[in-house]
Amino acid sequence: MTGLPLLIRVLRDPHAVRALDGAGWDLLLRQADAANLDAYLLVLLEDAGLLDTVPAAPRAHLEWTRVGAAGHAQAARYEVRQIGRALEGLGLPLILLKGAAYAMAGLDAGRGRLFSDIDILVPKARLPEVEAALMMHGWITTHHDAYDQRYYRQWMHELPPMQHARRGNSIDVHHAILPETAPVRPDPDKLRAAARPIAGEPQLATLSPADMVLHSAVHLFFDGEFDKGLRDLVDLHRLLGQFGAEPGFWDALPARARELELGRPLFYALRYCPRLLGTVVPPAVQAAVVSDGPNPALLWLMDRLFGRALLPLHASCDDVLSSPARFALYVRGNWLRMPPLLLAQHLFHKAFITKHNESQAA
Amino acid sequence: MLTVGSLSRAELTARLSGDGLVLRTGPFTNRIRSDVSPLIDGLALMYADYPVEPAGGFVDFHLELQRSGGLRRWHRSQVHFTYDGTTPFQPLPLGQAYPMLEWTMNWCVSHRAHGYLIIHAAVLEKHGRAIILPAPPGSGKSTLTAALLGHGWRLLSDELTLVHLGDGVLVPLPRPVSLKNASIDIIRAFRPDAVLSRPVEETTKGTIAHLKAPQDSIARALEPAKPACIVFPRWEAGAAIALDPLPKARAFMQVADNCFNYQVLGARGFTALGALIDASDTYTFRYSSLPDAMALFERLAQGPA
Repeated sequence: MTGLPLLIRVLRDPHAVRALDGAGWDLLLRQADAANLDAYLLVLLEDAGLLDTVPAAPRAHLEWTRVGAAGHAQAARYEVRQIGRALEGLGLPLILLKGAAYAMAGLDAGRGRLFSDIDILVPKARLPEVEAALMMHGWITTHHDAYDQRYYRQWMHELPPMQHARRGNSIDVHHAILPETAPVRPDPDKLRAAARPIAGEPQLATLSPADMVLHSAVHLFFDGEFDKGLRDLVDLHRLLGQFGAEPGFWDALPARARELELGRPLFYALRYCPRLLGTVVPPAVQAAVVSDGPNPALLWLMDRLFGRALLPLHASCDDVLSSPARFALYVRGNWLRMPPLLLAQHLFHKAFITKHNESQAA
Repeated sequence: MLTVGSLSRAELTARLSGDGLVLRTGPFTNRIRSDVSPLIDGLALMYADYPVEPAGGFVDFHLELQRSGGLRRWHRSQVHFTYDGTTPFQPLPLGQAYPMLEWTMNWCVSHRAHGYLIIHAAVLEKHGRAIILPAPPGSGKSTLTAALLGHGWRLLSDELTLVHLGDGVLVPLPRPVSLKNASIDIIRAFRPDAVLSRPVEETTKGTIAHLKAPQDSIARALEPAKPACIVFPRWEAGAAIALDPLPKARAFMQVADNCFNYQVLGARGFTALGALIDASDTYTFRYSSLPDAMALFERLAQGPA
């Protein structure tokens, strides 16, 4: 595995840091910073009992990260409580998604995992009430362009992001996990029906373990932006590691994926987690998802694209094909969001009309 | 010890355009890469006495400030800042490259170095007593700092007061003092010996020139200081000099308002700031004449009689 970037080698085996000199630590921390995994690296080294072997200068950086991450976690918990208060009267469980869910539910995946936005899932029919309640408590929409508003409200799976007027934190209110215009439509009613309350947090809930994995997989493998690709793959690795130990989890996962039309992203998750991070997946589960994969020619191509885009977004990890690979996946991500004609109209609007309006305003 | 001043211009340029110049400022190392000549001019003049570390080891901050490519290379050329491949700021006109280096070096510290409570304040020391001057804009903090440096005060910092979270000492980060607009001529008149960088006009802060930090302050960069006073200065034309005690609770809130990372640090920030306020006499200070201010600060340096 010497061909892998240093950060990934350390994520696979933290004891690899024992061999690092000053230049090695420099590279490791830069890759971790670029991948938004510096706080996770700290958790990993601490759990492995390696923190005291770290030389003083990189150790200081890790301690700065600890302080920053603790402040971040405290602010995020406060923000979740405020959202809970804003939505208190609506009689809805507050279903948290992604980073906020991992942190509030105390999952492994939440330790050292920073997140800038808080994502929640509500029924589509209740969106107007939820939006009004958030506005009453100080969150305001961030996209004022009429076209952007229509883009979100008509086609997307979420409201335009809302930002708190005073605290500046953002919230994404989802009613589904994929856009209305995407070719597959995981049924949000099924996701909400399987949601689980968080122990000790009366109002808060997360998706079920299988659905959390599937949402993380679809978020990573159907999206066009890979700037946090490795971070998202680490999320999957940690979710699979923790839930995989629970009875029944692995057996149910492939069937649940098919039920939600998410067999393909699960296939990719179970391919690249073991390949890059050494995640242990039972052979029977690997066999069960083979039929959800692409044809061999496409798989060959996807290996080359994801094999690059899932590395840290750092100059030291790039080769000549890294930029084309990211661009190809960007196009693919948009393709998976909208049918071709609508996508063409959307890109035309963003390229010419939005730009024109902005330059008129400026 | 290798210093910037001991490198020839050709060597300095070669390092900056190659793997980078590793510049030590206080507790931090900065790897700087640049091909912009106004930046190299400013750096060569202002940082001549600073240590240069060998390349290829661990470095705290990786800064790159490069000239625009394409048509912009020739027409209205700009300087682009990247932090290890990311671009946190818009480019600026090429002539502002050296002030931009100073701002981006400040940004690296204030956004990352959370081992310190970081106050937007100048801090100087004399006779073992450090005085912190927090900086609401227009307070004349840098002018006062530049003047005091000609009167035997040691510069810990002009912009970033670093309070160590572990033991509460003030950790020096002596770097050039940023002077704006009228202050530049005031200091030229008050301190004819001062070494100033070439003034840069039309920045977002007006005209900017930097004053070189005293050689002795740079040499003592690893020697921390103990806080003695926190003084909120205010320059007012024609005002009589006045040093008034500021209640500690108000001082606490006003210093917190001037911190970069008070929120980030949470309870640790509260504890560190509380200890700093407890250890310091807190004042507001109004003045119109620099010589009067020098005399008063000398009394503060002597400590309680």
